[in-house]
Amino acid sequence: MLWLVPAFPLLGFLLLAAAGRRMGQRAVAAVGTGSVGLSALAAWWAAIDFMASPGHAAWLQALWTWMDVGGFRVTASLYLDPLAVVMMLVVASVGFLIHLYSTEFMAGDEGYGRYFAYLNLFVAAMLTLVLAGDLLLLFLGWEGVGLCSYLLIGFWYRDPANGRAARQAFIVTRAGDTGLLLGLLLLFATLGTSDIQALLAAAAGQWPIGSPLAAAAAALLLLGALGKSAQLPLHTWLPDAMAGPTPVSALIHAATMVTAGVYLLDRLHPLLILAPAVQAAVALIGAVTLVLAGISALFQHDIKRVLAYSTISQIGYMFLALGVGGWVAAIFHFMTHAFFKALLFLAAGAVIHALDGEHDIDRMGGLRRQLPLAFWSFVVGGASLAALPLVTAGFFSKDLILWQAWSTARPGLWTAGWIGALLTSLYMGRLVFRVFFGPATTPARRPFGWAMGLPLVVLGILSVVGGYVETPPFFGDVRLLSSFLGAVFPAAAEAPSGAGSELALGLLAAVAAIGGIAAAWELFRRRQRLAAAEGLLQAGWAPNWGFDFLYDRLLVLPYYFLAAVGRGDIVDAAYAALADLTRYCHRLLSRTQTGRVRWYAAGVAAGAVLFVGLGVWL
Amino acid sequence: MSSYPLLSLAIWIPIVAGLLVLATGADRNAPLARWLSLVGAAIGFLVTIPLWTGFDSGSAAMQFVELAPWIVRFNVNYHLGVDGISMLFVLLNSFITVIVVLAGWEVIKDKVAQYNAAFLIMSGLMNGIFTALDGVLFYTFFEASLIPLYIIIGVWGGPNRVYAAFKFFLYTLAGSLLFLVALIYLYVHSGGSFSILEWQQLPIPLASQTWLFLAFLVAFAVKVPMWPVHTWLPDAHVEAPTGGSIVLAAIALKLGAYGFLRFSLPIAPDASHELSGFVIALALIAVVYIGFVALVQSDMKKLVAYSSIAHMGFVILGFFMFSAIGVEGALVQMVSHGFVSGAMFFCIGVMYDRVHSRQIADYGGVVNTMPKFAALFMLFSMANSGLPATSGFVGEFMVILGAVKFNFWVAFAVATSMIIGAAYNLWMYKRVVFGAVANHHVAELTDINKREFLILALLAAGTLWMGLYPQPFTEVMHASVNELLHHVANSKIQ
Repeated sequence: MLWLVPAFPLLGFLLLAAAGRRMGQRAVAAVGTGSVGLSALAAWWAAIDFMASPGHAAWLQALWTWMDVGGFRVTASLYLDPLAVVMMLVVASVGFLIHLYSTEFMAGDEGYGRYFAYLNLFVAAMLTLVLAGDLLLLFLGWEGVGLCSYLLIGFWYRDPANGRAARQAFIVTRAGDTGLLLGLLLLFATLGTSDIQALLAAAAGQWPIGSPLAAAAAALLLLGALGKSAQLPLHTWLPDAMAGPTPVSALIHAATMVTAGVYLLDRLHPLLILAPAVQAAVALIGAVTLVLAGISALFQHDIKRVLAYSTISQIGYMFLALGVGGWVAAIFHFMTHAFFKALLFLAAGAVIHALDGEHDIDRMGGLRRQLPLAFWSFVVGGASLAALPLVTAGFFSKDLILWQAWSTARPGLWTAGWIGALLTSLYMGRLVFRVFFGPATTPARRPFGWAMGLPLVVLGILSVVGGYVETPPFFGDVRLLSSFLGAVFPAAAEAPSGAGSELALGLLAAVAAIGGIAAAWELFRRRQRLAAAEGLLQAGWAPNWGFDFLYDRLLVLPYYFLAAVGRGDIVDAAYAALADLTRYCHRLLSRTQTGRVRWYAAGVAAGAVLFVGLGVWL
Repeated sequence: MSSYPLLSLAIWIPIVAGLLVLATGADRNAPLARWLSLVGAAIGFLVTIPLWTGFDSGSAAMQFVELAPWIVRFNVNYHLGVDGISMLFVLLNSFITVIVVLAGWEVIKDKVAQYNAAFLIMSGLMNGIFTALDGVLFYTFFEASLIPLYIIIGVWGGPNRVYAAFKFFLYTLAGSLLFLVALIYLYVHSGGSFSILEWQQLPIPLASQTWLFLAFLVAFAVKVPMWPVHTWLPDAHVEAPTGGSIVLAAIALKLGAYGFLRFSLPIAPDASHELSGFVIALALIAVVYIGFVALVQSDMKKLVAYSSIAHMGFVILGFFMFSAIGVEGALVQMVSHGFVSGAMFFCIGVMYDRVHSRQIADYGGVVNTMPKFAALFMLFSMANSGLPATSGFVGEFMVILGAVKFNFWVAFAVATSMIIGAAYNLWMYKRVVFGAVANHHVAELTDINKREFLILALLAAGTLWMGLYPQPFTEVMHASVNELLHHVANSKIQ
């Protein structure tokens, strides 16, 4: 019954696409949310069934033969193993909460039916991606979520800027996707199968560690992951993607789709193991991204852009984890991040909703009393993001990543992670203080109801307790997640340095978290005096480290130039020249047709003399 | 196997129907002409269905064969038959004819009978091309099919139609003349046979093969069209009426590609191998260079015309890697392109009928007034840029997979063209469909009616069917493609 999980939202999409405009808003909300709710129920059903089965043996469900050509067979199949269980549950459950939230957030929008149709299609594609047993089916889900992302970023299509952002997102990720497709094709061509498990087994059997083919394939897959997960240097699209409705940012551009790159690399981790150089690059890219994006987040004025850069930075942590072999840690951070970042986005949406679409944090302030639920959501989500020790989920997942970086003897990566943690609590503190403390500037006009409130509460709880599935030795030593995922991943390479140093590192991380928040408070108190300095710094950093500028000059402008040259299709000019030449000769000859007999006679005589002369001469 | 001469029916039913439609005469009988055309096209399509259902996909031999002497003096025969390569195109052609008759239903008000008759007759002639197994018969159909299209562009076309019709005719005729020389050479060399199947068995020295190959190349490259002899196509598309563009893109371009499989590869296999690098280079230029040209077009029809050239570049690339996956991918791409480009041109036609402009700049915010249309247009734009689950993906995927095995850098070049594909399709879609209502023309637009919806829904069904379950299409090809590749792998030099 596993196929029901993606089938329900797909059915919801078809229903809404066919009849969405004739339905009332209530019916649309019921179909849109209900289909994802049913999908979540089916997912939980399957997960419980799976966990109850002895040994957690993976399920493989073949659906139909997609292609069968030249000895190459692609079967559309679903595959459920512990990794897929975790991903499926998070996607379906968070997806359901965000649908519920959207029923109220989008109320009154003229594109209500269209919105839920796209969102359902997105959930169906995302679940296909996560459950795919075949790489080509995974690619279908991968492109499907990209399409929905494009449609939803450009959802408010009246504003041309939104359409531009949507197109930028699609094309930048498509650039990465081309790398992914090439990587997949390279794997298919050399290993002869597209079934994930068979392919990984064949790769492990045929390629030694460090083989150039494995490195090439892994590097191409990485390119796809970088585009989808908005990592350096393909990260530029995500901040602009905030043009979409806020629940979309929560679901697609924070909790699920942008982490697809992490899932892809985790799913194909044996390939990364075969390509140590690429794995090292993953760690490095993650480390650089998390620091640079953290700094960018510090200088944003749009509440959603702060969160967008924060998402880039947090996914940087996941890449860092993958790079040091922390396969479980990456998924753990994906899970907690899905909870707290969805919470933060939904709370930000509540603020924006209450302020009639205001995004600028400079025009917010003192909202603590007016929007208590949003405030507390921000406090809980922000604390979890800043990894406040012991009481938040984010602490345990981030701590695990840092510990793994340290224990695999990469102090440089650990330091980057630590600086990132400091930056995280700094920008989060800045955001919370600016929006909710100080004097009230813009009054909140619209309160919100239970459909928006309930998801906030549930996600708030998860942002706290979600971390207790995996704790360090100095705090309970719970190993639920890693033992569940143990069937999928090799044990992380941990140096036997013991619990003592792990505790010491945990304390250092705690210092970063608390220190950052304290610093943010100090800066907030003195913000009047610091305003000038901030403005100065902003000039350097806010434009996204010059990436947009660079791409504009290096890619977009030459592209336009080439295109301008090509507009007339130069080749046609050659044929036009041929036609012109013919016409010219025609005109030349027709000029001799004067109708004057004397000229003709002279011509004949001259010709005769010429030929006679030639005959004599030769 | 059916005992009816199905192939003859597929050819002559549309032609006879076309003549009957002509007989209805002037425009006061237009409704009769329309219904008669629709019935003729529908019956023409129905008789082709047994070709698929009765097809023996295990056999590589010609099926539904008909053989009768025609010009005994020169050993010319009325010889018809289909294999797994040609059968699908007979169906596609007959199906598109129904679409075209529907597409012109209330749009064409001038010389209705003649318009529909031209399409019906052309449909029959093109079925003749796909089924002819005799060189002279093939050439006759090949040349005759130029005339209706020439008339369609020249009479019902846009303001610059005479220029476009001439350009189209001159290009294709220039190519065909060399083709005729090649046919006569083969007739003499084989000792007096016009049978294509016999020619395929004929031993030919390499030098002659090369000349033959080049003659075929010129003839078919113009039809496909391949870079650099493609420049007639954008003009022809821009000036042609919607129905003409649909037939041109969906069927007429396939004739050239089909010629490569029926003549170039099996008759001159050694030369094909010798010159494959050259042809692949041309195909790559088509895919990459034309992609860039497409990106900057301001006329929607020109944009889709250039994207057609790029897609046909994929097809030619698939052929000349000489692998099963490449050739089958190319064939899938050809059928898929029939659905998708036909639909794209119809979509543009739908807008043109309402606003009378094909300029992207004259639109904007179409989704506000035509939501149903916008949704379907989105599907086809995505299929045109090769999104998975649409037919556009399956063919491109198979060709690129073949290319990876052939040469990684070739695959790299064509795969990057997928970014360009996404760019020009989305850019056009964004500028035309999204945004605020641009002007009063867009504000007054009415959404697609039932007839237009039916056409787009039929094409969408084909696109999705092929995208999700291409098995039935590829299954019938296997035996014939393997036979062809086997043939190409064996040298004909004595």
